Amino acid sequence: MPPGAPPLLSARGVTKFYDAIPGCRDVSFDIWPGEVLGIVGESGSGKTTMLNCISARLEPTSGTVEYATRHDGPADIYRMSEPVRRLLMRTDWGFVHQNPQEGLRMGVSAGANIGERLMAVGARHYGNIREAAADWLDKVEMDTGRMDDLPFTFSGGMQQRLQIARNLVTAPRIVFMDEPTGGLDVSVQARLLDLLRGLVADLGLAAVIVTHDLAVARLLSHRLLVMRRGKVVESGLTDQVLDDPEHPYSQLLVSSVLHP
Amino acid sequence: MTAMVEVEGLAKTFTLHNQGGVRLPVLAGFDLAVAAGECVALHGPSGIGKSTVLRCIYGNYRADRGRILVRHGGGSVDMAAAHPRGILAVRRETLGHVSQFLRVIPRVAAEDAVAEPLRLRGTDPQEARQAARAMLRRLNIPAALHRLAPATFSGGEQQRVNLARVFVADYPVLLLDEPTASLDRENREAAIALIREAAGRGAAIVGIFHDAEVRAAVATRTVPLTAAREAA
Repeated sequence: MPPGAPPLLSARGVTKFYDAIPGCRDVSFDIWPGEVLGIVGESGSGKTTMLNCISARLEPTSGTVEYATRHDGPADIYRMSEPVRRLLMRTDWGFVHQNPQEGLRMGVSAGANIGERLMAVGARHYGNIREAAADWLDKVEMDTGRMDDLPFTFSGGMQQRLQIARNLVTAPRIVFMDEPTGGLDVSVQARLLDLLRGLVADLGLAAVIVTHDLAVARLLSHRLLVMRRGKVVESGLTDQVLDDPEHPYSQLLVSSVLHP
Repeated sequence: MTAMVEVEGLAKTFTLHNQGGVRLPVLAGFDLAVAAGECVALHGPSGIGKSTVLRCIYGNYRADRGRILVRHGGGSVDMAAAHPRGILAVRRETLGHVSQFLRVIPRVAAEDAVAEPLRLRGTDPQEARQAARAMLRRLNIPAALHRLAPATFSGGEQQRVNLARVFVADYPVLLLDEPTASLDRENREAAIALIREAAGRGAAIVGIFHDAEVRAAVATRTVPLTAAREAA
């Protein structure tokens, strides 16, 4: 019984082959506004391939990805015109990389990293942009006095928070995250998780979060997909999948963790 | 008298694929109906499936067979068949579950953890926090601890935070899994008072109470569970 409101994003039969090697196979799901979907599975299970396919970064070999645009209803993200897709990627969608250096411009200041995305959608007033940048630095718990510093002078955790601020400044409706807490110390991870949890809830964001860390998945996501060898082997409410896993692979995954 | 919770023919078997495919039949056709204002105690030895019943009603465990109807928002939802978003909506408004463990979130203060169920319903943050503090006080958690994350709290304190999280939200249906385990006498009395008040305002309650004194104080009826043998 899927509830009445239309989904924000619908993937149907998404399949990606790298030559003859399958990356992900026949992945289908819907995600609604305000919902956080976790994708778990071991390395090489196709999580990142799938995330790239649904976020307009890697065209699938077959299958469709529909996004509910603000004005024109559902549209296939690989059939829309390039400028329309580019605009969505700069405004409605965010993408948080595991390695913040892939998502940041390392040669410009923290403030410019945030302001750049605003300018891409037409903001021109220097004072307003700077104010928005400061506001977002504050929201991600960074010292606004560091606004003019270059990202390489920041720690990994700070760079990751900066990347998140850069993504959220345009008020996206959905954010794709690839192991957002990946390379961070446990204490930094906890802070970032708490921050993400609050932001997602307060902004009513939809998010798709790829992680191999089941504790991260439990903390952040409403629903889970478990992937193995490119396929979704189990899906459901996060606590159902983690507390009552049914597929042999999900059971193995859950039982292999010290504190899921 | 309409039932708030109606369980019909609930069956649940766990299959441990990575331990030789062992099958553990826990429930095989369990029935239960709970009306508003009732507090039903599930009774039976450890491992018989009492917690499994509560978890199936909460939608935490998936039922193999049967229906689990919960009255929600003027209709009824079958928790055994509902879409995940439907289950979350029932949990937000209707179903409170006190589990045996508090799942602490790093850095989240006790009062914020307790206020969360109200926040999820859209209650004003200030109001939610005040209600949370009041509930923590009722459960004898001193004000000095309210701003602290419960990770460092004692077992009994964590259990009371767990209780506060559920009792703050006035759910129409409560599932209580050993709510007074690890509580001292004074706090057990506080928990008993909350449970009786909830029943008094018309909540339907299903619980597991190993402590006979607590059971006698809150239960309006006891339902025994018997071992599920596979019908074969």
